[in-house]
Amino acid sequence: MADQFKAAIDPQALLREQVRWRWIETIFWLAVLLPFWVTPTYLVLCSQIAIAALFALSLDLIVGYSGLVSLGHAAFFGVGAYAAGLLAKHGWGEPISGLAVAALAATVVGYLTSFIIVRIGQFALIMVTTGLGLLLFELANSAHDITGGDDGLQGIRMWPVFNYFRFDLYGYTAYAYSLAVLFVCFLVLRRLINSPFGLSLRGIRENPRRMPAIGAPSRSHIRKIYVISAAVAGLAGGLSAQTTAFVALDALSFQRSAEVLVMLILGGAGRLYGGLIGATIFIVARDQLAGMNPQYWYFWLGLLLIAVIIFLPNGILGGVAQLLSRKGRSS
Amino acid sequence: MSDIVLHTKGLNKKFGSLVVANNIEISLPRGARYALIGPNGAGKTTLINLMTGMLPADSGHIFLADEDITSLEPHVRVKRGLVRTFQINTLFPNLSALEAVTLAVLERRGNAGNWHRSLPSYGEAIEEAYGILKTLLLGDHCDRPTRQLAYGQQRLLEIALALAARPKVLLLDEPAAGVPKDESGELFKAVAGISSDITVLFIEHDMDVVFRFASRIIVMVSGGILMEGTPAEIAADARVREVYLGTHHV
Repeated sequence: MADQFKAAIDPQALLREQVRWRWIETIFWLAVLLPFWVTPTYLVLCSQIAIAALFALSLDLIVGYSGLVSLGHAAFFGVGAYAAGLLAKHGWGEPISGLAVAALAATVVGYLTSFIIVRIGQFALIMVTTGLGLLLFELANSAHDITGGDDGLQGIRMWPVFNYFRFDLYGYTAYAYSLAVLFVCFLVLRRLINSPFGLSLRGIRENPRRMPAIGAPSRSHIRKIYVISAAVAGLAGGLSAQTTAFVALDALSFQRSAEVLVMLILGGAGRLYGGLIGATIFIVARDQLAGMNPQYWYFWLGLLLIAVIIFLPNGILGGVAQLLSRKGRSS
Repeated sequence: MSDIVLHTKGLNKKFGSLVVANNIEISLPRGARYALIGPNGAGKTTLINLMTGMLPADSGHIFLADEDITSLEPHVRVKRGLVRTFQINTLFPNLSALEAVTLAVLERRGNAGNWHRSLPSYGEAIEEAYGILKTLLLGDHCDRPTRQLAYGQQRLLEIALALAARPKVLLLDEPAAGVPKDESGELFKAVAGISSDITVLFIEHDMDVVFRFASRIIVMVSGGILMEGTPAEIAADARVREVYLGTHHV
């Protein structure tokens, strides 16, 4: 009865409000253009950040939104990198189609492994994803004739983007190109997260036990997002190979898998922008710390991570969100 | 046979040497209100788990409207119309009540895998979800994260999620579990308001509630069905009284 006296609730408006594009997002995407004018000598680093951000974004789909763990995500990054690299090395240097091939290769690997992923629990998942990463790492290592093994894949020659923008020494094209791919992927994934499928993923994260009881085929949802995530990671790998004209074996390494997870948690998982912020802070910190203290910079990075986790358990964006909601309540 | 919506035939389940379901045979007619009672450990929740497929049965068959669903996966059984709630809140803590029920509605409509259209464009599903929440008195709270809802409201949300699947048969596992006795009446008012097209089987310990809301009662003891009958028959039965006085030995 009290309903009659309260302002009517518009349920559709409530959900519209949640997915609304916010002005701060416009500011964010304008701000990432600043390096072209403000720090033009750092554009190579910036393109690395954009690529790492895309990689972290792909991981966010399964870790942040679906609540699964992965410690082997570099497998897809590496596969994408080698696919794009090998293609360009063997005579086809067109970047956009190269990226498509990178994504396709990672999709295939993601699809094949997704059958295992949906059958096991969280801890087993850590083991299996780690194992998968190590497996591919050693495969690439032993296939020296194809991948260059330890020496890395050399001799990649990229054609200009759109047959016009050459990859230059200063990273103008590299950054613009990486940023454009990141932005397009971001828009697509933002839509995905704000779709019924995105809601299903959050349901899986929030309570995998309830999902079958509302009729949800969780396994097929998980396989779908796992493959999509692999494809995006492959794109990031492809970008890396194309913009640096080199693929190091390190693209498949366990360390890369661990780093991308750290970036995501640092920025805040399950928030889309978390991976972007985390990648930025991680790579800038690494660059600065390595400059100041070339031998022991991992020490400071470790300290930063521990501090963030203690003071901001939900990552930097999680902390910001908490601060904003507290401010909203007190005013 | 066509009037029986849910039917089990010789359902058996053992955990090691412990028999938790012993040759269970039940038949629920359309629109019936059944209570499932019995002492702790009698196998009531296990029976719900078996019927919904969350536990595989050792032997026996389950029929939903004449279709053998014994080998179907739990989520497929839900799609067919066999839906349950949980004794311990099994909700989505960080989804709002509206999001959670909308998810269940979208899943039923076969839209939950769509990724290219944004959620707010599914206006019909959202309105349907809001309608369900309103009938369960959760309309005003639909925007709050589930974890912030009062316990009794969370119990109602359990039922809302189940109703969103448009069940033919609804299995309520102690819908008022943990709710103070003086408030459980409210909850059962919601249960009583469930459409008479839906067959309801509920587990409940409070005999007042059972006698008030059930048209028939099934009594379980030690994994087996002791008897089934109308409330009056159950109340008059010596064996049932024995069980509830705690003198029954197996």
